[in-house]
Amino acid sequence: MAGWKKLDEMQLVNKRLPRVDARLKVTGDASYTSDIKLEGMLYGAVLGSPHAAARVVAVDDSRARQLPGVKAVLADLKANGTVRYAGEFVATVAADSPQIAQDALALIEVEYEEGEFVVDLEEGMRDGAPKVFEERENVQEGRVNEEGDVEQGFTEAEVVVEDEFRTQVQTHSPLETHGCVVQWEGDELTIWTSTQAVHGERKGIADFLEMPLNKVRVICHHMGGGFGSKLWPGPYMGVAINLAKEAGAPVKLMLSRKDEHLGVGNRPSSLQKLKLGAGKDGKLVAFAAETYGTAGISGGAGMPLPYIYSVPNRRHEHKDVLINAGGGRPFRAPGHPQACFATEQIMDEMAEALGMDPLELRLLNDPNETRQQEWKIGAERIGWERRKPNGSDAGRMKRGMGLAASTWGGGGGGTQAQMNLFPDGSVEVKCGSQDLGTGTWTHVAAVAAEELGLPIEAIKPLIGDSDYPYSGGSGGSTTAASVAPAIVNTARLGKEKLAELVAGHFGVDAERLVFAGGHVSVAGDSDKSLTWAEACSMMPTDMLSVQGEWVEGLSSRGVAGCQFAEVEVDTDTGRIQVVKLVAVADCGLVLNRLAAESQVNGGVMQGISYALYEERLMDPRTGTMVNADLENYKIAGALETPEIEIVLFDQPERGVIGLGEPPTIPTSAAIANAVANALGVRMKELPMTPDRVLDALEEV
Amino acid sequence: MAEEREGTGGISRRGFLKGMGGGVLSGAAVAEGLLKGEAAALGSRPKAEVIKGRTAIELKVNGQVRQVEVEPRTTLLDALRNRLEHTGSKEVCDRGQCGACTVLIDGRAALACMMLALDARGKEIITVEGLNRNGELAAVQEAFVEEDGQMCGFCTPGMVMSATALLQVNPNPTLEEVKVGVSGNLCRCGTYPKVFEAIQSAAAKMRKGG
Repeated sequence: MAGWKKLDEMQLVNKRLPRVDARLKVTGDASYTSDIKLEGMLYGAVLGSPHAAARVVAVDDSRARQLPGVKAVLADLKANGTVRYAGEFVATVAADSPQIAQDALALIEVEYEEGEFVVDLEEGMRDGAPKVFEERENVQEGRVNEEGDVEQGFTEAEVVVEDEFRTQVQTHSPLETHGCVVQWEGDELTIWTSTQAVHGERKGIADFLEMPLNKVRVICHHMGGGFGSKLWPGPYMGVAINLAKEAGAPVKLMLSRKDEHLGVGNRPSSLQKLKLGAGKDGKLVAFAAETYGTAGISGGAGMPLPYIYSVPNRRHEHKDVLINAGGGRPFRAPGHPQACFATEQIMDEMAEALGMDPLELRLLNDPNETRQQEWKIGAERIGWERRKPNGSDAGRMKRGMGLAASTWGGGGGGTQAQMNLFPDGSVEVKCGSQDLGTGTWTHVAAVAAEELGLPIEAIKPLIGDSDYPYSGGSGGSTTAASVAPAIVNTARLGKEKLAELVAGHFGVDAERLVFAGGHVSVAGDSDKSLTWAEACSMMPTDMLSVQGEWVEGLSSRGVAGCQFAEVEVDTDTGRIQVVKLVAVADCGLVLNRLAAESQVNGGVMQGISYALYEERLMDPRTGTMVNADLENYKIAGALETPEIEIVLFDQPERGVIGLGEPPTIPTSAAIANAVANALGVRMKELPMTPDRVLDALEEV
Repeated sequence: MAEEREGTGGISRRGFLKGMGGGVLSGAAVAEGLLKGEAAALGSRPKAEVIKGRTAIELKVNGQVRQVEVEPRTTLLDALRNRLEHTGSKEVCDRGQCGACTVLIDGRAALACMMLALDARGKEIITVEGLNRNGELAAVQEAFVEEDGQMCGFCTPGMVMSATALLQVNPNPTLEEVKVGVSGNLCRCGTYPKVFEAIQSAAAKMRKGG
């Protein structure tokens, strides 16, 4: 099994490395999909249904077709079909400019026969609610996970708490919307797209078109955020491909901000009815959960319960509910923030019922060894001993502290890479992964340079292209743990090739050669040393290529973490302010400490945003989203950023694990528990907006 | 009309709404600020002209006068991105809600999506591409690189421009002033703490004459 270099021998890996692509980003030179402009390129736009449920009776696109500058109109996306959510594509156009495309959409006349709809989870569950699909019930078949004897467990339990929790629908809202630039050249297709998976998109497109994979190329050098929503092609892709074919010209189709909110994914909502039983000693004995969630017209609204804690007797039944709204897509730790929000709050209710410190209850029931250490670190950093009994803070502004934890899989596999060495000493490394803003460009360069003993500038990383060796989609916090081992392995194969040449030159065994400090040297013989470029000049051809792959021993699965929040609540206005947040993040071997901190900051900020601000608001009367922009869909900004203290919990011996998702999981639950501590009343629904806080205070 | 931004003495639309919601600004102060701005705009408004269809105009971008054909409805952002290939300024919301298209107009931060290209005639427009001189990064850009002030990078051009505008009027901002200075710039990756560090580090360097 492969292993990493010793930590104290590392020059680049595990250090604080500015990103190799940062210069491109601060100068505006980084080329995103939405920045691509090809010769003769047209601009596409889509017409979404204004109705949440309707049959498309007729479409008249004749006036749109006559508009000068319009090059293609496809008005049969839903011919005689059924529309199941407001925003579902009905027609599309391609034109010389974005404005002409919008003008053309306005000229398309669609006749709808409106149907009944339902746009709320609990409304969708009612008997007699309008059905989203004629042939299916809104409340889908349940899935049951059961272990032990739950009834017996609750009989044995000395303390039982029960409660209901609700979480909202959150849209991914990446700053760069979903979109693509499509170019046909003969029967070959090149697509630039804002994606988390260049290879996955190629496969999806080739399957959709029944085309050979070697005739489809997908490119994404930089992308403006995805958070799970850009793992596979959406309907906009098929539309753009067909528009380009129809028009005989390249087409750029970037979704509008409104389209983005409506139709390309979200974090499903949840309704979680939980019951938890424990002995007087605080040992959990029984757990029961009945949960529902809606991912609009799709499934996938489940959550892992009970979250984290070991309970011998447990049962969880979950049912997805269909409503007339855009389908869900994976969103940064799918299901986990929901499960964490409910579980960690009922844990605090249990602690209160037992008269036990919430931290003590965790330590008693958390089976994870890493987290056992992390809990204590976090408690020390926030100053947990300052925490007062719930609701005991006097005055208008009340402070409180709360905690919560996360678990995740992570780990890696499946990635390949190619390294090309040139006689002048220059090096390029190709890997068909992509950088979502997580630092993949830098990981590739740094890991290769570390192995070869070169400065990071000596490596030209090449990623974000399906022409490069296979790497999986960037989902599940697996990119770093997939890519880094593949680069290590590939670089070691490159070194072997070069070592053969140098060993021959010096007449020594290849094993005696050391690659460090820009030199290839014979260990223990300081006279026998070549510069890297001299070594490369010995290659018999103008390029020397090696291909490597992910290997065992450099990464592992399983990520634990916890967070502590301190909040201040204004009991007059209902406004919650996060004062400080301590995030203890399980990190394995940190590839780049600077980028790792950024990942944690980002996870926490999205968690704060989920906790306090974001919510897709659906109008029950019209069935449409009323806040489909970035002004009324509230996202935490600079002024909402608290002091965030990050503890990277290093375990380099585990290799690379995964850091994308875990830091966003516990934030909302930690804040909710802190609010309950401050107020003495619990917020059981997200987001915890001022009106809800005031309502909760009134009930006291 | 360009939206004036916090940190440059004006009141942005976002700031205005926040003020109304959070009680930060009194209604009277907001109204007074708006009226003053309007009077100034009226005073400098050129003679009324009617422009229809496509018109060739000149825009001065990053010190260069460029010919560009626009319609009356063409925004400055559209002209920059789609007609002049200055794609550094990003289109995210197209409604003045996110700050990703922030540019400098006559030295002050403005949102290119909220200004018509026609109204940008005769003004000095600086985009993120115009900050570095002869390949040398500006201090703000350098600090964003060093402090990891960007993740996906899509908000970065706007952040860098807002930071530049802030440091021009306030060379030694407190953390709170930095936050206000970029409060109109949305970062979905949430990398705000490092943005703040970058801006304060750039300010320190610039004060030393770096």
